[in-house]
Amino acid sequence: MTWSEMQPLLEQGTVDTLYMVLWATVVTVLGGLPLGILLVLTDKGGLLQNLPVNKVVGAIVNIGRSLPFIILLIALIPFTTLVVGTFIGPTAMIVPLAIGAIPFFARLVETSVREVDHGLVEAVQAMGGGIPTIVRKVLLPQALPSLISGVTTTVIVLIGYSAMAGAVGGEGLGSKAVTYGYQRFDTTFMLVTVVVLVLIVTVVQLIGDGVVRLLARRGRTA
Amino acid sequence: MITTSGLTKVYESRGRQVTALDGVDLHVREGEVFGVIGQSGAGKSSLIRCVNLLERPTSGTVTVDGVDLTALAGKGRRAGKDLRRARSSIGMVFQHFNLLSSRTVKDNIELPLEILGVSGAERSRRALELLDLVGLADKAKSYPGQLSGGQKQRVGIARALAGEPKVLLSDEATSALDPETTRSILQLLRDLNQQLGLTVLLITHEMDVVKTICDSAALMQKGRIVESGTVSELLATPGSQLAAELFPVSGAHTGPDRTVVDVTFHGDAATQPVISQLSRTYNIDISILGAAMDTVGGRQIGRMRIELPGRYEDNVVPVGFLREQGLQVEVVEETLTEETVVQDAATLLVKEGAK
Repeated sequence: MTWSEMQPLLEQGTVDTLYMVLWATVVTVLGGLPLGILLVLTDKGGLLQNLPVNKVVGAIVNIGRSLPFIILLIALIPFTTLVVGTFIGPTAMIVPLAIGAIPFFARLVETSVREVDHGLVEAVQAMGGGIPTIVRKVLLPQALPSLISGVTTTVIVLIGYSAMAGAVGGEGLGSKAVTYGYQRFDTTFMLVTVVVLVLIVTVVQLIGDGVVRLLARRGRTA
Repeated sequence: MITTSGLTKVYESRGRQVTALDGVDLHVREGEVFGVIGQSGAGKSSLIRCVNLLERPTSGTVTVDGVDLTALAGKGRRAGKDLRRARSSIGMVFQHFNLLSSRTVKDNIELPLEILGVSGAERSRRALELLDLVGLADKAKSYPGQLSGGQKQRVGIARALAGEPKVLLSDEATSALDPETTRSILQLLRDLNQQLGLTVLLITHEMDVVKTICDSAALMQKGRIVESGTVSELLATPGSQLAAELFPVSGAHTGPDRTVVDVTFHGDAATQPVISQLSRTYNIDISILGAAMDTVGGRQIGRMRIELPGRYEDNVVPVGFLREQGLQVEVVEETLTEETVVQDAATLLVKEGAK
């Protein structure tokens, strides 16, 4: 394959990958963030201590995390069809990607939120703040740098998942690599696809680190 | 202003019960600075945290400014609306400041006002006013990470005052600070107490804190208040551990047939030349074994251990003279051992607490 033949494939693949990953990230954050906070609040000694809820949510998250993504992808086909109307194409892939990443991100959120100094929670309680105030004004802002790191990691995991999704009817760079690189034995194309993926991951990581550094600077001497 | 009665707190951990508070009755009058002192594990921290119900007492009641907080708390673990409103009128400062590192100094002070639903412009105005009050007007836009410990505590105090509370709780507010900063923070608390008529309940393990700003004090041991009263009352109480600790005097009998007495001066008596009067009136030689003088709550107070020649029986009249002068006199028994043991125990207690 010549470069001019590769170029449109790579461009389309990149656009599809970014589309899938971006929307899957949005859904993952919307789903994983409350779940992670719920895990902290309902835990023993938490503000909303409720061990049955905690155990059930924890178990669901663990099951979600231990299922291999490729299995999840196939198992979710009926559900995806129900939600999107099809199980093929980048939009359909957002469903399994998000469902696969939500438990992962929820655990990252849990760890980040747990690290917030309990003294701050107490200070706000002493001011008369309730649980919504504590979550909005203490837990989330204080955990923000750590949460951004979590989002960065999640995006990178999603990029990996999206390549896998390419093998099962998705679009994107993964799908292109499988179709052209693997099935047609085009090693050059395969390598170029890998390089593009590496570039995307590197850029995502750099952006994430940059934001975290920007946020962390507030606390120190400027 | 703050009254606790029969306050008990029992913690359960792995089937074992630990009694942190064992029937504490505390009474803090309006407008005074009340210090609770004791070693770590004596229950002071549980006590102050029970006052605004950050910790739910196992039994007993807490009343602040006429409101029974324990009744507001209800049974649930979560703080209901009424309790939260009551809490917002009780300021609290912490040993480790507990400022949000993600917010500027000004935004930290605005936080309690946000919770109270105060409008943005008003919040900003109040926050700047409070910053001015604690002497940090130029730090509004700084982040807590850029401040020194003393400055952080000033922000903590400003934040605690934002809701215009009548009561300020101070949980070891100066324990993480160096001596000089401690003094300036205590001075600030004293000023606020006087300017705003703020009632302050503080817990500490530092006797100096009590000495510097407290009107009243209580000594806690093993979850109980063992001594309590105004500083002058305590000093006037024979055998008071707190008094002995505030003004430690030592010195043993230099020989048999001698009388050793501890004299405590306060109020007008502190300025009278009583010792020389005693010496001249009864023509006796007096040696001073030990003495401590200080200003407590703005009043000159001192203790002195003096030795008179002759047995106690021979000195009934001179000792009576001292009592007549309005001094508090305690005769130290020749068998000093017991007294020494008690004093040593008290010294040890406070030293351990300081660690």
